[in-house]
Amino acid sequence: MDTPTSKAPAPPEAPQGRRTTGKAGDRVFLGLSRGSGIVLLVIMAAIAAFLAYRASLAISKDQANFLTAFAWNPQGNPPEFGIAILAYGTVVSSIIAMAVAVPVAIGIALFVSHYAPRKLAAPMAYVIDLLAAVPSIVYGLWGALVLVPYLAGLNQWLDEYLGWTYIFDKTGSGPARSLFTVGLLLAVMILPVITNVIREVFLQVPRMHEEAALALGATRWEVIRMSVLPFGRSGIISASMLGLGRALGETMAVATVLSPSFVFSGHLLDPGGGTFAQNIAAKFNEADAFGRDALIASGLVLFVITLLVNGAARLIIARRKEYSGAAA
Amino acid sequence: MAKRIDVSGLSAFYGSHKAIDDISMTVEPCSVTAFIGPSGCGKSTFLRTLNRMHEVTPGGRVEGKVMLDDENLYASGIDPVAVRRTVGMVFQRPNPFPTMSIRDNVTAGLRLNGSYKKRELDEIVEKSLRGANLWNEVKDRLDRPGAGLSGGQQQRLCIARAIAVEPEVLLMDEPCSALDPISTLAVEDLIGELKQRFTIVIVTHNMQQAARVSDRTAFFNLSGIGEPGRLVEIDDTERIFSNPSVQATEDYISGRFG
Ligand SMILES: Nc1ncnc2c1ncn2[C@@H]1O[C@H](COP(=O)(O)OP(=O)(O)O)[C@@H](O)[C@H]1O
Ligand SMILES: [Mg+2]
Repeated sequence: MDTPTSKAPAPPEAPQGRRTTGKAGDRVFLGLSRGSGIVLLVIMAAIAAFLAYRASLAISKDQANFLTAFAWNPQGNPPEFGIAILAYGTVVSSIIAMAVAVPVAIGIALFVSHYAPRKLAAPMAYVIDLLAAVPSIVYGLWGALVLVPYLAGLNQWLDEYLGWTYIFDKTGSGPARSLFTVGLLLAVMILPVITNVIREVFLQVPRMHEEAALALGATRWEVIRMSVLPFGRSGIISASMLGLGRALGETMAVATVLSPSFVFSGHLLDPGGGTFAQNIAAKFNEADAFGRDALIASGLVLFVITLLVNGAARLIIARRKEYSGAAA
Repeated sequence: MAKRIDVSGLSAFYGSHKAIDDISMTVEPCSVTAFIGPSGCGKSTFLRTLNRMHEVTPGGRVEGKVMLDDENLYASGIDPVAVRRTVGMVFQRPNPFPTMSIRDNVTAGLRLNGSYKKRELDEIVEKSLRGANLWNEVKDRLDRPGAGLSGGQQQRLCIARAIAVEPEVLLMDEPCSALDPISTLAVEDLIGELKQRFTIVIVTHNMQQAARVSDRTAFFNLSGIGEPGRLVEIDDTERIFSNPSVQATEDYISGRFG
């Protein structure tokens, strides 16, 4: 009789012990995650403050309008530099890249996810994955060695037939080291990553949504229009933002292809122009401390543009949230 | 509008696996036929052969004939897309298009078929939603997303969507299995009204439901795991539930009733 009674209290203790360890574990985890969150925020705030401080040093001595001037001459006397050309070049080349890459990516993703036979779809997805991993300098070299000479013909054609649009009017006979070429190169670079994300999203469309359309007598394309594209909408936007982020910040490939200049031209086929990242890469090494501060200031502007673009995308996604299919 | 279905010698496969074997039956126009039987005996598979949905499953293949009045749905030259426009379907889980408003959900099938004036569409929306007993609940929020409705309302929205195109046959695969009892009753009442206009085939796991809504009941069974499902018998619902001619049917029904 003794043995059972002395053993009886033991079991209730065991779970209690486990519960306290559980609580301690919770507390440790909470502390760790909260701590690392705070550290991260502090580090980011410190970096931002440092950059903003350095940038303000440069901007306060700028004798030209930092936002609108067409020049980059911080070492000059007086120092004059402005980001207008860079902002224009960055935005225009990214718009061209998106306009080309997003529709093509949607097309390829649809083909791989809904049209291609399985035997073809798997290797295609794999190749696209590989393309996404190619380093950007390789794209840059390909752009300079293959794309630029190859595009001479296309440029001529565009100039001849679409020259009346002004933007496709090519003045002079310079090589195709233009914003247009940069845009196309960026399109090629961001295509794989956009395609892959969109393909994943398309594969996640619930079978029951597609069957809903099929049962109403929808053809394959109508199923895509009624079920797949609407379901994938926010995914397409997110994927595009991922690509756009890469395009806005791409450095090496742009620097390899573009022949930079600080002369404004609305003719997209003319060589010249510049982007934030390309300008920083090109000027950073030979710049003195003040010149680097100026480049930092330009980098901050790129950062703000990226933030604005991302915010806009979030707004678009949020506004359609109740129709997004996430609720179903 | 409603048509007779006449199935003969129908088998369906998933790849090399035969899911149903040699099924023949007739479904009269403007009647409700219930399919009952244990899980996996091929009720859904058979139902989906009646509007050529079976073949959208990878590896899906059908042998045999399905006559809709005097047209063989599996004759060469018949477009499966056209078949699905005349044989509507309601699924086990309500699946309104989540990105569409209630109104657009109802008109989705119509907009596939052709162009309508806005006033025509409005009339069809009201008629279909009234037909699905949903009009009074949603008439003030036709432009709200269909996904915001309750499960039972969503299922009735799916029914409205299916009947908006005035199909000749309406197939329902366990339409109430995801619904609460009150929504289930609403849908059952609706089936009673819809059979005035449509030929209805409904799969159900619920004996009482089969007894309540159907005129004819078909019992399916399979002889073992991996064996294809077969039609055991089809008869008037009253007879199936009181005095079936096959022992297996009686065992199945009485087993469920305790
Ligand atoms: N998509 C599928 N792929 C392969 N086999 C399937 C598929 N769907 C159903 N089956 C098989 O077909 C048989 C019948 O299934 P089903 O028609 O869903 O039965 P029920 O609706 O009567 O429960 C089962 O053996 C099942 O495993
Ligand atoms: Mg089933």
